[in-house]
Parts: sequence; C-alpha cells; structure tokens
Amino acid sequence: MSGTALDPRTAPVFPMAARAAMGDTQLRKNVRHATDVIQAKRARVVGEMPDWQELRESGRRIRQHTMEHLDVYLEQFEENCTRAGGVVHWARDAAEARRIIVDLVKATGSDEVIKIKSMTTEEIQLNKALEAAGIHPFETDLAELIIQLGEDQPSHIVVPALHKNRQQIREIFQRKMNLPDLGEKPQDLADAARMFLREKFLRVKTGVSGANFLIAETGGVCVVESEGNGRMCLTLPETLITVAGIDKVVPRFQDLEVLLQLLPRSATGERMNPYNSIWTGVNAADGPKAFHIVLMDNARTEILADEEGRQTLNCIRCGACQNACPVYRQTGGHAYGSVYAGPIGAILTPQLMEMEHAQSLPYASSLCGACYEVCPVKINIPEVLIHLRNKVVEQNGIMNAEALAMRAMGIIFQSERRFRAAQRMGRLAESPLVRKDGQGQGWIGWLPGLLGGWTQVRDLQSMPEETFRDWWEKRGKNGR
Amino acid sequence: MADNSARSVVLERIRKATGNASSLEAASAEWDELRRGYRRDASLEHDELLELLVERLRDYDAQVLRVGPSGVADAVKAMLQARGVRRLVVPAGLPVEVLPEGFEFIVDAGFHPAELDAFDGVVTLATVAIAETGTVVLQNTPGQGRRAATLVPDYHLCVLYAADVVETVPEAMDRLQATATLATTFVSGPSATADIEMTRIKGVHGPRFLDVVLVGGGEAN
Repeated sequence: MSGTALDPRTAPVFPMAARAAMGDTQLRKNVRHATDVIQAKRARVVGEMPDWQELRESGRRIRQHTMEHLDVYLEQFEENCTRAGGVVHWARDAAEARRIIVDLVKATGSDEVIKIKSMTTEEIQLNKALEAAGIHPFETDLAELIIQLGEDQPSHIVVPALHKNRQQIREIFQRKMNLPDLGEKPQDLADAARMFLREKFLRVKTGVSGANFLIAETGGVCVVESEGNGRMCLTLPETLITVAGIDKVVPRFQDLEVLLQLLPRSATGERMNPYNSIWTGVNAADGPKAFHIVLMDNARTEILADEEGRQTLNCIRCGACQNACPVYRQTGGHAYGSVYAGPIGAILTPQLMEMEHAQSLPYASSLCGACYEVCPVKINIPEVLIHLRNKVVEQNGIMNAEALAMRAMGIIFQSERRFRAAQRMGRLAESPLVRKDGQGQGWIGWLPGLLGGWTQVRDLQSMPEETFRDWWEKRGKNGR
Repeated sequence: MADNSARSVVLERIRKATGNASSLEAASAEWDELRRGYRRDASLEHDELLELLVERLRDYDAQVLRVGPSGVADAVKAMLQARGVRRLVVPAGLPVEVLPEGFEFIVDAGFHPAELDAFDGVVTLATVAIAETGTVVLQNTPGQGRRAATLVPDYHLCVLYAADVVETVPEAMDRLQATATLATTFVSGPSATADIEMTRIKGVHGPRFLDVVLVGGGEAN
C-alpha cells in the first residue's frame, strides 16, 4: 500500500485485496484490538444516554431534512459566511477543488501548509497536488503524521493509523524524525510528535482543514478533534483554507445539540471529544486574517439524485460502522481501495465513483446489519448495499454467466415439474463428486467452475436421497 | 474571485436531484416541525449537577477546587502553586479580584504564537459548562479572550461560576445561541489522543493540564 494513494479507479478489487490483508496476521491483530477497544468504549457511553434512540431519530431527520433543502441551506451558508468575512468557493469535482486550493496557497506566497486530518482532502488526494505545485503539506493529526511519515494510507475514518502498533510507529518516527533512542510507550511517541510539530505550528502561515459541520443559519464552521492540532491550524496561521463536501451543511446552530451528542460517543466513545471549534468568517483580533471555504460536489449530487442511495449523504463520518463490521474487522481498511472503508465505504465509494468503479464493494458485506444498529443517524446501510447490488447487476447486463444462471433458476422455480426435474438432475450430476463420511452422510469437497466458490473454504452436504415432497406423498399413499 | 459557473452548476444539479428548488420559508416551516424527543432540560438539582460536573472533569484528570465567591484568588493561588507555574497570560477583561499576588499576570496584547509559547499558562473565565460531558465552553469575550491564548501555553486554569453550569448539551446550545457567531471552543479535559493502539494519552498539542476553580453554588470543599 505504500506511497500510492487509495484510488478506487486503480485499486485491486475487494476480494483480491482482502485475501492479501487476511494473510497479514499483525495487521489483523492490530485492527481487532483497536476496534474492540473503541466498541467497548462506545457501548459504555451510549448506554449512559436514556434518550439515545431519540437522538438518533432526530439526527436522521435533521440530516434528511437538510438534503431535501440542500440548495437553500448552502445558499444561506454562503450568504452568512461571506457577510462575516469568509470567501466561499464552489467546486464541481475533485480536480476543481484541488486547483482552487493550490491557487489559494500560491497566492499567500507560502510553500508549506499545516493540515488538520480531513477525509475530504484524502478523497481528492490534495497532498499529491500540493506537492506537485512545490508546496509541502504537514499533516498534524498524530495518526495522519504516522501515515504521512510512513508513506502509508489511512485505513479508518476516525483513527486512520489503527492498523499500526506502537513498535511499528516507533520505527517510523525513529527513522523520519531522526530519534534513534525513542521509546515505544505511547506517551513517548506522542511527545515526539509534539516536539516535531510545535515549531511548524508557530511558523507556517497557511492552514488547510476539512469541516464537520457548516452552519447555514450563522455561516459558521465546526471542527471536532482531540489533540489540539486542529485548534493550532484553525487559529495560528494567517490564512485558513477549508474544504467541505456540500453534504456537511446543517440548518441551524441548534442542530449541533443533537449532532455533538451523537458524534463523539459514536466515534471515539467519549462523552465529548476534547475540542470542538466553531468560527464564523474572520475576526480581526482572533485567528486567521483570511478565510476561504471550498464547497465541493464531487458526485454528491449524483447520490442525492438517487432516492434510495440518498441516505448515504446523512453520514457524519463517525466510523462506528467500521468498528462494528465483521468484514472490516477481518480485513482492515486498505482492502476497500478507498479512503472510505468499511460499511460506509462500501456504499459511499461506488456512488462517489458514479458506479463506474469499486463495483465489488457492495458485496463486501454479510448484510448482518451491525452497521445499521450503531449508525448515529440511522443510515440503513444493508438496504443501500442491496440497492447498489441491483445497480451492479443491471449494469452487467443480462448476458453474463451469473445473470443467465439466475434467469435459469427463475424459470425452474416457476414450475413444479421443472423443479422436480432439476432436483433429479442435481442428484444425478452430483453423484461422482460425493464422498460418504463415517455416518453415511454424503459430502462434496470440490465443485467445478463458477460453483467452486462454494467449496473453497467448506464442504457442501450432498442432496438428500429423497425430498420432503416425495416422502410426504409416499406416506399419504401408505395410509396413516 | 469565486467561480460563478461552478456555483450555478452545483446548485442546478442539486435542484435537479431533489426535484425542485426549495425556499427558505418552506425549509424553515419544516425544520420547526422536526421531531425532538430527546432530553432538552435538566433532571438534576443544581447542586447535584455541579457534583456531576466535578466528577466528569476529574475523569479527564482535571483538578477542581470548589470555593465561595470570596475564596477565588486563594484557590487560584493554590492551583498555580501546585502546578508550579509563575508567568501567565490573561485575557483583557479578566476581573482583577480572581488573581492572587505573587505571580506574573500579563494581559494578552495580541502576542505572536512564539511569545505565547513562552508563557507557563493562561487563566480565563468561561461562558457555560456542561455537567453531563464535563465540558467548558470558551468564547471570544472579555475575560476569555482569543483562542490562541488558551491553546499555546501548556497550562489552562479556568474560573467557572456555578450559575453558568448546565446539565445537558441542548441547554448549553440554548445559552450560546445569542452569541453563536463568536469564535467558540468546547474544551473537554486536556488535549488527548488515542491514535496509538487506542491508548488515551494526555497532552499532544493543546494544554497538557486543565484545572477548574468552580465558584459558588452550595458549600465549598
């Protein structure tokens, strides 16, 4: 995974990438440990809340309402932010957003920027574009710093380096910070990051951030974080450039009373994360003198147009679905080939790619529903997964093997005569493959061709000698 | 400066996707009707919720002293001595009666970040505190000052009045509504991270130590 960005257009398909991840026992151990810890913390602080289900319901309704009036709320945000001294830019896609940001940084004269962790900047591969323009981006979130120095890729929305353990992190820091005697206690590693970054916070004059919420009513922006690196980037530079998907808007300041309860408890299992910053435009005596915000579409309107897929946009990026997912917990995030991994990634990535890439992701799920249960805004991820599988099938057309097989099945199931004939055929066809075990039960250990997937990791029981219907009819004839 | 064609294209795409152009009136009317069945009011007596706040703050390893109105300066002194800090920046408008003798308090004159870095700590008031989450909310007002001053120094002492403590997040947002456009920071314990093996580590970039002097509201202890 090193170096190359997680790009759904070039990444290997999920089953291939997952197979590689499954072979990395260290990775699996790290991911399992981290997700176990977060899940336990989340369960504890969610259990404290007698009104958790009501909060989820309100969260869902606020987000759904916002999407239905997205044009109005974005315009209102733009008006209020502009009035407060911010400059609002619009971007149709990732390329346009990158161009706007690179030009803004160049205009400040800086050849370096400090960055807050932002999945949106990962989505648009901003760092690569900045570097190509001769601008050095310093990631300041501890996990993002680990990723950047290790030439790695994020594997989780909230805890991007959760696939690395302390020894691996120490090794990266020793090498990249030139600290041969660095200890491996988490405290030592965090202290090293503090030393390494403080000088940059005090010196670099341009900050780049994402956003958690844009408040239409006030034109304010809210960023939620833990370490204080976010506050550094939002407060100390002379110029602040924020990039946000158009889905990040909320109608009113008051709506934060719901979302700021749902997000920290779901994301990190805290009652409140250490720091939430809210700022509105520019304040002459407090913070950056220039504030730019880039409102980016990048296929979000495609998702909005799909009534069944639309709820994907309600996501507030807490990562709870990743921690709960039995698939993610085995493979980790990189297998998803996108910065958005896990269940939310399985529905978000293909839609952001306008269903042209990442088509295997909707199948990277057992549809167990654990993601839906923990989602703070009640996104019915299994429902969207099935919806997207439908789309994939439609795209593949009717002439591929799976579609033909399904059509044949449909024809067989429509007639009792054909169904019985198929059962007889099946018993006949399987007979050369069946081996009896000690109890006389038949097992099939290998199936040919496309069917081989069934027997790759388990044996299939042979068909019974007699079907229930046959037995029932015989029993009727023999009298009772 | 902004590219107008991108703006109109994105808005046009949204209207096409949702099927119609919405209006602020329609949106507001619908927003008013959104279901809000969650707790919006306090369920505890005021003294109980002060206790809850103290417990939650201590959970974050903050030191908390409760005092009566006349004991503030002494409590501040005790805190600063215990932490071994001597030279502190204070925002304009901080009442002098909260500051004890024997320390160097320098009013923030818009210092450069590097100058702020040379202070041992900062003393401020707060706008509101949330008991349930152990949160102190700071805004850019007299006595609380600009955000950088409570960020760069390694130690933050917050003087909090009991009347400003609420139980739930919705009550706090209600109090903040009138000043919603001020620069606002919710602080819940010292800076922290769990990025390494989900182990909570205190103090990454923000102040590593946060203490609170809680003034009034029942007996001090």
